[in-house]
Amino acid sequence: MSLQKFILKRILASVPVLFGVSVVTFALMHITPGDIVDQLVAANPNVPSHEAARLRREFGLDQPVWVQYLDWMQGVLTGDFGEVYSSSRDVSAVVLARLPETIALGLFGWVFAILIAIPGGIYAAVNKDQLGDTVSRFVALSGISIPNFWLGLMLMAVFAVQLDWFPTLDPQTSLLSPSMLWWLILPGVTIGTAAAANMMRIMRTSMAEELNKEYVTAARAKGLPERTVILKHVLRNSLISVTTVAAFLTASIVAGSVVVETVFGWPGLGRELIDAVHLREINLILAITLFTGFFIVLANLLADIVYALLDPRIRDEY
Amino acid sequence: MSTERGRIQISGFDTDGIEDQDSLDAWSESEADELESRWRKIVSSIVRDRLALGGFAVVAVMSIAALLSQPISVGGFTVQPFSIVPYDPTQTGVGARYAAPSLSHPMGTDRLGRDLFSRVVTGGRYSISIGLIVTALAASFGVIYGSISGYFGGRVDEVLMRILDVVFAFPGLVLALILVALFGGGFWPLVGAFALVGWATYARIIRGEILKVKQNEYVMAAKALGARDRSVIFRHVIPNAIAPVIVQATLSIGTVVIGVAALGFLGLGFDPGTPEWGTILDAESDTLATGAGGTWDWWATVFPGLMIFLFVMSMNIIGDAVNDALDAQVDDIGGGG
Repeated sequence: MSLQKFILKRILASVPVLFGVSVVTFALMHITPGDIVDQLVAANPNVPSHEAARLRREFGLDQPVWVQYLDWMQGVLTGDFGEVYSSSRDVSAVVLARLPETIALGLFGWVFAILIAIPGGIYAAVNKDQLGDTVSRFVALSGISIPNFWLGLMLMAVFAVQLDWFPTLDPQTSLLSPSMLWWLILPGVTIGTAAAANMMRIMRTSMAEELNKEYVTAARAKGLPERTVILKHVLRNSLISVTTVAAFLTASIVAGSVVVETVFGWPGLGRELIDAVHLREINLILAITLFTGFFIVLANLLADIVYALLDPRIRDEY
Repeated sequence: MSTERGRIQISGFDTDGIEDQDSLDAWSESEADELESRWRKIVSSIVRDRLALGGFAVVAVMSIAALLSQPISVGGFTVQPFSIVPYDPTQTGVGARYAAPSLSHPMGTDRLGRDLFSRVVTGGRYSISIGLIVTALAASFGVIYGSISGYFGGRVDEVLMRILDVVFAFPGLVLALILVALFGGGFWPLVGAFALVGWATYARIIRGEILKVKQNEYVMAAKALGARDRSVIFRHVIPNAIAPVIVQATLSIGTVVIGVAALGFLGLGFDPGTPEWGTILDAESDTLATGAGGTWDWWATVFPGLMIFLFVMSMNIIGDAVNDALDAQVDDIGGGG
């Protein structure tokens, strides 16, 4: 199968998933007991019942569920997610304002993870079953096991508060200025640790497996320096298995952003979600949930395409 | 078996038929023995792995301590009378506010003068029991769902897998968080939320294994003999595809423990003041803001987090050991055959 055909098929396969994501998100809003009018009435018991009925009509809540879904989807597709009740701002404006912050944090986390995991994994695989491998295995296991909110608290307590190396206040400069790095390092390291540890373990396993293959022996036999064998031949093949988990790791970073942004007071989508949950801002919760789902479907799609680029055999298996 | 090859027997024609019956019994018995010895091998390889043994000891001590920390009563009837922690974990003012660790308070006290050691030991109850129940529920449902999908294949598989893709489109913690936010917190709502989020992984794993196992001749043989689908799935397919599910289940207990604590830390899931690891951390996190040169009451945030870390680390070490043990099994079988 040609690459173009594979990509097209893969994109088409994502469409029903996106549809499912929107249905699940919508359903979550509608299976909770009580609608928005019930909440209003609960907050103000003086509302007469005909007024409540009028409000339901106005919000379209008297329509069949599927009509309500279509109305909502129509809004979503035109970028209208309703408004934030407490501030009367457009939900989409809030999401767009917070999004770059989360993307910056997530990207930093990813870069940190790659910088740690790839060299760490190579080192462990090359020194398999020696002291260095055992130590790095232990470090990776710790990275997976440490709760990110606690890691964040500890890093903040030691490096920001006690040693005063990093700022503790909310970011004061614009996102793209170089001094932003000082605000990014601690939350970025916190969010990237689990991904780094996971990736390092996968890297070690796949690299150790590759090193046993015959082409490695052949490359060594023809007199290639070990460095070339590892960096040019083995690394490329080992990276393929890392791309298969890239989407999974992205999802873990997205989930991590909710916790880490709250710990560090980072003004991104994750913290916005927690605030929205505490204030019961349904429109905002829905928009962020839907957005997260779309983003991860997209990440899966991209990971599969990269996988197919690196390993042409995959194209036919789909 | 190879010595038997090529020997054709027509039963009912000679007395050897009875002997054959015997040897068939012996064969199926040896299969049971093999299965038993397989488990024994897994256990013994874990025992030989000192690290895994240490992990198991930590998990056991923490679980038993959490269980015995305070009496448990169900419907007014006391099921567990022991109370091994020195203080009532919710009792305020048993020591000074933020007293440093000492002999009478091994982990110090918190902002209301509650004994942190008692709180942290009891705190294991919530996360550990939720982790176990969620894993059992999610694994059972996931295994059934994935088995149906993998075994029947075709259109059924297609539809079931698309549903799975939708579940995977939401990061587990985010979906659990939203479910808890919408339906309220507490023990059973948390179990429900994490089970709803967790089953999909098992379904995907077992489906992949079943696609492999399905190719085996004994499955075709069972089908050819007219065995019903349900009995083929439960008696022949699942037992041979379950190994990676066991590994995943061991690892996922730790994930759920962290998830529960994370929701507690975010102020969702439990009432403030509940001695649950994440909820304690949430309440004590303002001890970090000491200002320049101020003293940091480190014990209030270090110990609760350390307990989560220790438990999850031990669980992951066990999971790794189980994985190695099961992998070794697969290699053995491959090598022997």
